[in-house]
Amino acid sequence: MAQNKPLIGKLLLVTLAMFGFGFALVPLYDVFCDLTGINGKTAAVAVTGDNAIVDTSREITIEFLARPNKDMPWVFKPEVHSMKVHPGEIHIMNYLAENPTGRMIVGQAVPSVSPGQAALYFNKIECFCFSQQQLAGGKDMLMPLQFYVDPALPAQFNTITLNYTLYDVTQAWAAQQPLQDNIGE
Amino acid sequence: MSVVITEPNDHEQHDHDHDHHDHKPSGITRWLYTTNHKDIGTMYLVFALVMFFIGGTMAMVIRLELFQPGMQFVEPHFFNQMTTVHGLIMVFGAVMPAFTGLANWMIPMMIGAPDMALPRMNNWSFWILPFAFLILLLSLFMPGGGPSFGWTFYAPLSTTYSSDSTALFVFSVHIMGISSIMGAINVIVTIWNMRAPGMTWMKMPLFVWTWFITAFLLIMVMPVLAGVVTMVLTDKYFGTSFFDAAGGGDPVLFQHIFWFFGHPEVYIMILPAFGIVSAIIPTFARKKLFGYASMVYATASIAILSFLVWAHHMFTTGMPVFATLFFMYATMLIAVPTGVKVFNWVATMWRGAMTFEVPMMFALAFIVLFTIGGFSGLMLAITPADFQYHDTYFVVAHFHYVLVTGAIFSIVAAVYYWLPKWTGNMYDETLGQWHFWCSLISVNMLFFPMHFVGLAGMPRRIPDYALQFADFNAFISIGGFLFGLSQLIFVWVLIKCARGGVKATDQVWEGAEGLEWEVPSPAPYHTFETPPVIK
Amino acid sequence: MAKTRSIRWSLPTLLLAASANAAAMPLNMTKGVTEISQEVYSLHMLIFWICCVIGAVVFGIMFVSILLHRKSRGVQPAQFHESTKIEILWTAIPVVILIGMAIPASKTLIAMDDTSAADVTVQITGSQWKWHYKYLGSDLEYYSVLATPREQITNRFTKGENYLLEVDRPLVIPTGQKIRFLMTSDDVIHSWWVPAFAIKKDANPGFINEAWTRVDEPGVYRGQCAELCGKDHAYMPVVVVAKSPEDYAAWKLAEETRIAEAKAAEQELLAMNMDMDELMANGERTYIAYCAACHQPNGAGLPGIFPALAGSDLILNDKTAHIDIVLNGKSGTAMQAFGRQLSLKELASVLTYTRNAWGNDTGDAIQAADVYKVQQGEGE
Repeated sequence: MAQNKPLIGKLLLVTLAMFGFGFALVPLYDVFCDLTGINGKTAAVAVTGDNAIVDTSREITIEFLARPNKDMPWVFKPEVHSMKVHPGEIHIMNYLAENPTGRMIVGQAVPSVSPGQAALYFNKIECFCFSQQQLAGGKDMLMPLQFYVDPALPAQFNTITLNYTLYDVTQAWAAQQPLQDNIGE
Repeated sequence: MSVVITEPNDHEQHDHDHDHHDHKPSGITRWLYTTNHKDIGTMYLVFALVMFFIGGTMAMVIRLELFQPGMQFVEPHFFNQMTTVHGLIMVFGAVMPAFTGLANWMIPMMIGAPDMALPRMNNWSFWILPFAFLILLLSLFMPGGGPSFGWTFYAPLSTTYSSDSTALFVFSVHIMGISSIMGAINVIVTIWNMRAPGMTWMKMPLFVWTWFITAFLLIMVMPVLAGVVTMVLTDKYFGTSFFDAAGGGDPVLFQHIFWFFGHPEVYIMILPAFGIVSAIIPTFARKKLFGYASMVYATASIAILSFLVWAHHMFTTGMPVFATLFFMYATMLIAVPTGVKVFNWVATMWRGAMTFEVPMMFALAFIVLFTIGGFSGLMLAITPADFQYHDTYFVVAHFHYVLVTGAIFSIVAAVYYWLPKWTGNMYDETLGQWHFWCSLISVNMLFFPMHFVGLAGMPRRIPDYALQFADFNAFISIGGFLFGLSQLIFVWVLIKCARGGVKATDQVWEGAEGLEWEVPSPAPYHTFETPPVIK
Repeated sequence: MAKTRSIRWSLPTLLLAASANAAAMPLNMTKGVTEISQEVYSLHMLIFWICCVIGAVVFGIMFVSILLHRKSRGVQPAQFHESTKIEILWTAIPVVILIGMAIPASKTLIAMDDTSAADVTVQITGSQWKWHYKYLGSDLEYYSVLATPREQITNRFTKGENYLLEVDRPLVIPTGQKIRFLMTSDDVIHSWWVPAFAIKKDANPGFINEAWTRVDEPGVYRGQCAELCGKDHAYMPVVVVAKSPEDYAAWKLAEETRIAEAKAAEQELLAMNMDMDELMANGERTYIAYCAACHQPNGAGLPGIFPALAGSDLILNDKTAHIDIVLNGKSGTAMQAFGRQLSLKELASVLTYTRNAWGNDTGDAIQAADVYKVQQGEGE
């Protein structure tokens, strides 16, 4: 029946659009997270801390957690467990990484901030988590994190917990090698 | 529904004459090649019944292992496969095909159409289904077993940590999805284009209305399911990181996408049930359905709200407060249109002249027991309390009340209701009543104590449990076995009725109204080749 | 429930046997021991009674109708089929009830979310199938695994009172202080649940979640993992012991001392050689506790998900690789890095055991020093 065709066409279009929508949810979710801090992800790119005004009227406690994932043999820890900062002040925090094995391992640190909404106000100028990190067997290194807390941080937050989970991504890294050199340098 | 049918007698006669000239192929080819909506409806229903028993057998394995604490019969890994495949089969293999079967049989007859709009696609959408489930069931025999990550297949349990058969699981879900989408498109086109003259939108029976809305839900969410299983596939086999934190993904994202499909899916499995009950209650109360228009609006608002509540399945994943509050309020709001439906059914019964044949008994049980499931749903919406209910047997009790005593009871009611029209014979009323009472008692033995077990703290999806839960679990298992056995009576009734019995009249039920009761019993192979005129 | 296999499958025996051993199951949600958990309980009871009242009214009217309005009583059906007034009414009334319900629920929810100003913070990490607790600002951290012996699960021994709800080392918290929990996971999603605190929070890999509690009564509180996390999901209980602040301080000091001493003992161990029998005996114990869940007690694994150790190519042919995979895990699989979970002694024993059990007769005795060498990247 000819009259069915336009309707079928439209319905198929809805179906295809919804299939696309399923995939569109992936970037949409990221946008939504960036706007609301829904999952405590911090921005994956650097900000410049030039024009931040230091707010000395209050102190925020930043807690640093670092955890190699279960299949990641590196030793990975922050230099201190926590520090008190004024919003707007730029600080550097070093993380110690040590590869006790006999082989080169590539690591990727994944940040997570709690409470989630505070992630929006935790700005990183420089971070080892922006890229993959290579470490030869038996070597260690200091990985810097340069950050400041946005003075616009709402008053109800007085502690921000920053957790890094460190993953072994050597396999994925090796798979990309022929295509891309110098990754993580 | 107020339909006056003025179908000249010669039309009827013409149909009959035509029937005699109609040579349907016999044997297996009739079923393989058929494009007849009644044949396809029958095949869907038989398939659903077979799947119901296969999924039910898995439930029996689960209840057997849970009969006592300690591991007795199966290994935990196999137990997880049973819970997973039981869920998948019951949702996609039993409830959804059964509703599609009823839609195939009844929608054309209810709107005065000769067949479904797209008969060849109809054949396809059925025949790919057995293959989907064959693949799923055979995957259980692979090394490492079948899917064992729950029917909700949360990543990364279903990606990095799943067995090799996951690709088969994904493939079979894709086929189920394609089948459902084709079925849904067919329903929409049929209802949109093939209504008999005078069958206006607001004269359509509620079963047609609820299915129409369900079909829209299907084409909107089944593709999302297809998307999410595809992401699971590529995450597991092709190195993507949609749900893997190490590659910049987020496992919680999986749950958002899954439940964006999953919550409307819940309504896909209950809206047609509302349509069935709205057909049966007026028939046996001999009184018109109360608030027809508000039933239609309530159905539509439930469907729309279903897109806004998905994250109430995810309260414990650590969402920020504002999001949690939003989903809590939206979820509570669903109680309003659902309540309207229950009130309307009770008002339909009020001051009617009721009789209590088997379809009516199942419909009455539906109203009470589905409402109990609705109450526990409302309790689950209260987020702080949900932290205690979530992932316990309280939730298991809740969704089995909604799906077994809700969806399945409505399907059984529908089968009893329309069986005389399908076969031309009345079913055995005594056996049917036995089936009803055995089911009613055993299903409550099975699921009601689960509320208490859940409140006392027993998590779901565990093959072994602490000693305090032992007595209740033994009792629940006995209820489960009895419920399983009770369904054998149903098969007996069906076979007996198909073979013969008291001849049914065309109207079958004294209070029945609607086009399907205007055609002879059994319904001829072709009906309404000339559209009836509805004033 | 003792010796299940010998029990005849008759209902009375079973129910009797079950009753004899099991403590009576509470029929309602636990009130719990924190302010929040009691608020949650009140919310639960409030919504429960609201549902009961609505149910009584609706089902009451329905049953009256069923009794009175039946054809067998000779009634004639009425003709009414709509009433806008009554339909507006029964749309509006539920809305009012729901608003009344939403207000207290929102208040409790907001209170649950306030994790600020905590006295003690514990990081909780789930992994297949155990919990790891780390006290922030201290070196104190340890794994907490199921303590129920396998023989009880397989019905060879009588099941104990806290069957499946007991762990080797519980989480210890001080009473009267605000405790903050940070949940995360090493592999799949787990969910840390203690009913008595009304805390159930998912542990998501790569992300942290927060929850808090303040317990006033000292006691032992038991819970379980609530999110399906694979094969042994049923076997990862949570046990929390709340102690008075003094007892807690004493416990913490003792634990820290014990950990320091264990570290010192490791160094001594490097110079020692354990004999084969000792290694095998220790190794079997460690194997059952940490490895058997996946690789099975007989080393056969589960084909398709967990590889077999009996006859394993890697074990029989590459000793260093064997030590390395146990120490460092295997990326992208369920194999964890046990170097961080087990002591050198346990590692050496379990390596020796797996190299010599079930026909893997390599004859090798792995010593702590061998493990240490690979750990330091000096493999052969």
